[in-house]
Amino acid sequence: MSTTDLRPDSIATSPPGTDVAAGTGAVAATAAWLTSADSKVTGIKMIGCSLLALAATAVVGVLLGLERVSGSDSLFDAGALPQLFVAFRIGLVFGVLAPLLLGIALAIVPLQVGARSLAFPKVAAAGFWTWLSGLVLVIVSLAANGGPGGGEAKMVDLFLAAQVLLVVGLAAVSLALATTVLTTRAPGMRLGRVPFFSWSVLVAAIGLLLMLPVLVGVLIYLFVDHQHARALFGGNAGVGSWIGFALTQPATYLYALPAVGITAELVPVTFRTRMPMRGVIYAGLALVGVAALSGVTQQAFHDVPWTGSGGTKFEDLLPYAIFTLLPLLGVVIVLGVGALAGKPDGSGTRPNITAPFLFGFFGLGMIFVGMLAGALLPIKDLGLQGTVFEESALVYVAYGGVLCALGGIAWWLPKWTGRTVPMVPAMGLALLGVLATVLAALPYVIAGFADQPASSGTYDYSGPSGLWNVLVTIGHALMVLTALAFAALVLRPARAGDEASGDDPWHAQTLEWTTTSPAPVDNYAEVPTVMSPEPALARRGPDGADR
Amino acid sequence: MTRALPAGPAAPPRRQLFVGTALAGVATLMLIGGMLAIWILQRQRALDAGELWVPRGIEIPGVPTNVMLIGIWALCIFAQWASWSARRADRPHTAVALGLTAVMAIAIINAQAYVYNQMELPIAETGYAGMFYAITGTMTALMVVGLAFTGVATFRFLGGRMQDREVVAAHALYWYILAIAFSAMWLIVYVTK
Repeated sequence: MSTTDLRPDSIATSPPGTDVAAGTGAVAATAAWLTSADSKVTGIKMIGCSLLALAATAVVGVLLGLERVSGSDSLFDAGALPQLFVAFRIGLVFGVLAPLLLGIALAIVPLQVGARSLAFPKVAAAGFWTWLSGLVLVIVSLAANGGPGGGEAKMVDLFLAAQVLLVVGLAAVSLALATTVLTTRAPGMRLGRVPFFSWSVLVAAIGLLLMLPVLVGVLIYLFVDHQHARALFGGNAGVGSWIGFALTQPATYLYALPAVGITAELVPVTFRTRMPMRGVIYAGLALVGVAALSGVTQQAFHDVPWTGSGGTKFEDLLPYAIFTLLPLLGVVIVLGVGALAGKPDGSGTRPNITAPFLFGFFGLGMIFVGMLAGALLPIKDLGLQGTVFEESALVYVAYGGVLCALGGIAWWLPKWTGRTVPMVPAMGLALLGVLATVLAALPYVIAGFADQPASSGTYDYSGPSGLWNVLVTIGHALMVLTALAFAALVLRPARAGDEASGDDPWHAQTLEWTTTSPAPVDNYAEVPTVMSPEPALARRGPDGADR
Repeated sequence: MTRALPAGPAAPPRRQLFVGTALAGVATLMLIGGMLAIWILQRQRALDAGELWVPRGIEIPGVPTNVMLIGIWALCIFAQWASWSARRADRPHTAVALGLTAVMAIAIINAQAYVYNQMELPIAETGYAGMFYAITGTMTALMVVGLAFTGVATFRFLGGRMQDREVVAAHALYWYILAIAFSAMWLIVYVTK
């Protein structure tokens, strides 16, 4: 029985402007590419810019590490240092983590749900350009001493306005993605059959649409107050504390949620099985999003008593558990069900470990460790607030999300280019990436317990503290290397053997693998009817051959 | 010879514009809700510190702000009327209803400008003034977006796309959401102060 049937509807023609390269010159082709509203092109542009931002942000991490270990021979003046701290944090969150995953979603979600195009593709394209211009202006303002606590008033104003652009752009992309999953699914694709990545994008996009407007409201107040009275929001110095909620845990879990979806997507293909208990995975992904959103509204530190009666302990532990531990539980659920899928069933089927899976597996592990660190952070008695422990938790989640995203890019590359990444070098990069993440984050877990402050250049960095900071610097440098090497691997000229073997080189399960590789502009020549959660698997049948 | 007709096109997306507008509307509510929450927080801080919240000598004119509230709910009735008549392909009624919606929106924006004129609140002197202009200005910008939405719905429907009823319904939904947001702002900023 075939579970994917093709409906005899008409074949959409390619939109005008997609074939301009032939005969009209490189300039026209470039202009058409830059102004294209095809969501795959928009997504690829967003991915490319985010990877550039990743390299730049990791370089800032290296500079910060060098500044910390330089002792009295400071590399930067006192005014520049806070700008670097802000640049690192904003770069990680709004320059890399959120846009990288949303970019992959733009390029893949319409294919996954069987849509011919994204809902509101021009809104998404406008969102990309708005985000990019905001990012550039944020960099300009920070370079001109205009970030939180910056000395140039006009540049602080520019920073606040650019932040609005950055956030509005991401919100526009989220709107297009959520609407796509809700309204443009192929016939037969109920929400219970939506691929895990698309589901995680839906949850994250709705969460971002609830959270980012609040940040926009804060930024509007800050902008007006800073331009005029500077009476209520603490002027330049207060900016960081007012917008900080969007740049730290648990807001970062919301940005990283699609990364969890990518890994959940790869598990059943790797272990050559159907994912058991799909509903539980959906619930786990939704739990991460909902619990992270509820935590964003609180931003509270908790007294977690180790003594006292059982009733008192329960009353104090309950809010901590709800706002801090529930997102962690969501990831535990995904990991647990994933482990069930990987359990040997006695059939002798060996898992097909690929580079994308390695990226995803290690990335999810890093996110999980970051969430564990994030769970310790709000406990008052540990005294970790204001130390580099915060940076450690952020780096774990952000770099973990990046690793999953690199896995996603390697996985879906055939859908965009018709080529696969070479497996062995990509696996090496996955290992290098996880090493970079551990080095960039783990030493600050230790240094956090040793009370190294988060954003101060006046700490005594001699002794073991110096070692932790050197290791962190090396970690960021390795992440620069990982990002550049991965980009080189993807962009290198095609060689023999790079072409994807068929439309589905992975023997995957989800709908996007039933269309050609690379996918056409309008995704599907005929919109398929979906009759199972694994339409590509069902189409191949028990013998593995396409029906 | 009998020839089979060609197959029809794929089924259109399920109420894409309506769902998108609903999501954008929720984001709008979060924007105004977040700004109102900060307003309440700052007001409480000022009062706890024994300071004045509304600067001495500043009066918020009650009549135009109340008229704005009545106006935005009346506007919703017109927007719903447009949606109702568009569903029935009643072109004249849809045209009148959309026109009245636009007129009401312009009237509300005009009333907001009148409130600014009457209050003569200097923005640079107090934190209250900055917050007042920020939140009411944001609401006015959202009204302008709504007015543009009404314009788009009008041109598309009256331009001959009579089947394009969803845009009229989605535009009505946007105004409902804006009316809820404005009502909350009216209560907190103009009434409770």
